[in-house]
Amino acid sequence: MAFTLYSLIQAAILCVNAVAVLHEERFLSKIGWGVDQSVGGFGDEPGVKVQLMNLVRSVRTVMRVPLIAVNAVCIVLLLLFG
Amino acid sequence: MDYTPTQSGFRQRKLQPNMRQRNSSADGLEGSQLFEDTSGAAHGLQTGNQQAGPQAAGFTGQSILSDPMSNLAMAYGSSLASQGREMVDKNLDRFIPISKMKYYFAVDTVYVGKKLGLLVFPYMHENWEVRYQQDTPVAPRFDVNAPDLYIPAMGFITYVLVAGLALGTQNRFSPELLGVQASSAFVWLIMEVLAVLLSLYLVTANTDLTTIDLLAFSGYKYVGMIIGVVAGLLFGRPAYYLSLLWCCAAIFVFMIRTLRLKLLSDAAAEGRLVRGTRNQLRMYLTMSIAAAQPIFMYWLTYHLIR
Repeated sequence: MAFTLYSLIQAAILCVNAVAVLHEERFLSKIGWGVDQSVGGFGDEPGVKVQLMNLVRSVRTVMRVPLIAVNAVCIVLLLLFG
Repeated sequence: MDYTPTQSGFRQRKLQPNMRQRNSSADGLEGSQLFEDTSGAAHGLQTGNQQAGPQAAGFTGQSILSDPMSNLAMAYGSSLASQGREMVDKNLDRFIPISKMKYYFAVDTVYVGKKLGLLVFPYMHENWEVRYQQDTPVAPRFDVNAPDLYIPAMGFITYVLVAGLALGTQNRFSPELLGVQASSAFVWLIMEVLAVLLSLYLVTANTDLTTIDLLAFSGYKYVGMIIGVVAGLLFGRPAYYLSLLWCCAAIFVFMIRTLRLKLLSDAAAEGRLVRGTRNQLRMYLTMSIAAAQPIFMYWLTYHLIR
């Protein structure tokens, strides 16, 4: 249970990487999670699934470029300090 | 006069101005002394800055004030310091909202006492609503239902110290372990707040709960943990389990009653059964947030009582 802040940062980077590799047309559309399937009801209740799909899409859009830098830094730190 | 640098930081800051004033008034005529006679300049500087400026002037000897050039340099340096502090404050306010945080620390002793009593025995409290004052919630000093950050912060620090004490009684203590305990507990706290934020986003709960509010609510469990660990240290394992059970039940009821008003819609909050998946989801969310507290309380303390 010896957590440090750095292990939390590493876990967060791994999770964001996992979300970033979900491809839009090859995978998400096949299982019904694509963006074209999220324009559902126009009421005020988006529902959990639609919210999740929107979250995945926005994480992929926003974090694609910063993840390159963050991953490079993380790899260098791991190589240097283990 | 004996200037002992081994005092703690807080008392040092309190005692030093007194010592310097007493020193300068008593030894004003002597040549060799620890602090020079800056009583005229010291009063003006001390009311404004911290003691970094006059301390530096005091240590370098008496000749510095008689030289007008270094006088000028000292004035310029102090103005630079105040400019730098303004800049730091302005930039820091962008990342950590200092003005918002001040609201959470506006507590007094009566509030802290009542809130601690509420955390341990929430069963008799009737009205859980936070009073508002023209759209802004009232400061914690005036309303016992308002969340604050003082109790969680103090609880966290006390938990780390009590954990160190408990590890010491088992001969497992080393100073690094304090840091490990602190960062572990902090990481769990951050993860819990992030999980709650994520679930609040997913069920589209339109609440006015801010992140700092969630941090405050998640920090209230440290009070129960401290009570459990102290009882376990004093009276053994059965006392630990009993007091932890009591505090878990208390924090469960506390969280449900507090979050019910903020997360659920008005009708459901009053106890009437409202159908619909949205309210059901919100009820499940409230239940799971409240149920996560006892789990964390046990998880973070069971290894301290053997």
